Amino acid sequence: MSDTTPMVRMVGVDKHFGDLHVLRDINLEVAAGQVVVVLGPSGSGKSTLCRTINRLEPVDNGLIEVDGKALPAEGKQLAGLRADVGMVFQSFNLFAHKTILENVTLAPIKVRKVGKAEAQRRALELLERVGIADQRDKYPAQLSGGQQQRAAIARALAMRPKVMLFDEPTSALDPEMVQEVLDVMTALAADGMTMLVITHEMGFARRAAHRVVFMSDGEIVEDSTPDAFFSNPTSGRAKDFLGKILTH
Amino acid sequence: MGVILEQFPLYVQGFLQTLRICVFAAIGSLVLGTLLAGFRVSPLAPLRAVGSGWVTVFRNTPLAVVLFAVAFGLPEVGVNGSYFWFGVTGLTMYTSAFVCEAVRSGINSVAPGQAEAARAVGLTFSQTLSLVVLPQALRTVVPPLGSVIIAMIKNSAIVGAFGVGGDLYSVGLQLTSAQGYAAVGVLTGVLLGYLVLTIPAGIALAAIERRTALAR
Repeated sequence: MSDTTPMVRMVGVDKHFGDLHVLRDINLEVAAGQVVVVLGPSGSGKSTLCRTINRLEPVDNGLIEVDGKALPAEGKQLAGLRADVGMVFQSFNLFAHKTILENVTLAPIKVRKVGKAEAQRRALELLERVGIADQRDKYPAQLSGGQQQRAAIARALAMRPKVMLFDEPTSALDPEMVQEVLDVMTALAADGMTMLVITHEMGFARRAAHRVVFMSDGEIVEDSTPDAFFSNPTSGRAKDFLGKILTH
Repeated sequence: MGVILEQFPLYVQGFLQTLRICVFAAIGSLVLGTLLAGFRVSPLAPLRAVGSGWVTVFRNTPLAVVLFAVAFGLPEVGVNGSYFWFGVTGLTMYTSAFVCEAVRSGINSVAPGQAEAARAVGLTFSQTLSLVVLPQALRTVVPPLGSVIIAMIKNSAIVGAFGVGGDLYSVGLQLTSAQGYAAVGVLTGVLLGYLVLTIPAGIALAAIERRTALAR
């Protein structure tokens, strides 16, 4: 693999939910180390796009590659690919019957076959990094939303992923908890992690993103730098969207 | 009621035979039923077909017919064994269909995000099921599973009557028809024997339910 292989590559991706055409001819490349923020009105296909990259949603047509390898079909190989792609969900989805520490160590032990002691040592490092090492023995339901989401980020990082997908990571949080999660994400971006982030946090998009992709009606309508997008959107749909979110 | 004391050793033997049938059939049907539930939610269509086919056949066939089919069918294909094992096999096959549906309802009660997160970190389908979904399904599964197991204990009477013999039901039959004891007294003893199995089973299940509820 040359250095120019994009970490994520989507070519001509189409997807329908019944009659609804949710992804229309999506072409997108994310370079290694790049942080791409995907914006767009609700129902524009942002989450679906994110979920097709580790095949939580299969696509009808088109090619998706992660680090130069096409997505395998269902089975062991697909599980192997998913291990390399970290995902953070809007609703956290921490394993409810396991402690925070067990949440972080489960996949390294069962998928990567890391020894338990080593997995715990690494998990504690990550929990330290996201600032919740003191919560390690609690169950997810005992933590605040912001703490749960930071634990979910640690769980994804424990697999040493090549790319991290964030599917509206702060949308289910109380306002005072949004910043603590964004801080963790900003630090991660600064460390050079490849990230695809679906979000409505415009401040994060301006501050941490290298690129902004704007989606509407299942299409990528704009793909530019944050500066260019926010100060000078070219499409009517992007102007309309920015008008709605920036004026209130 | 004097019969219960007079024939107490016979009752104990019958009780132990029923207990043997039930323990083997319970273990067998819990394992098989859970496996079948896994089949029914599998991403592989052939496994799903096997699971739903099994449930359709065994849930809709009377137990006595299943037992006849096992006892006369298995020797036809070269599988020979004692009536005891044929009986246990038939009861296991029949009960596993109900266990499967109880476990499947439990699997469906776990939030879909749990399985999604498990797949997203790279766990395979069977790891997702055994490490993340089934442990959380257990809590909702215990009450309906309890009813299935208690029904199975009572169904063991059909297994006994069908030719295995020596169980509680057969003891009742023997005492009333062969030895001429009055039915009410004999059957009271039989009933007590079943209650000694089913009531502790219910209590044990309630305890498991409390334990699993506390675990989260």
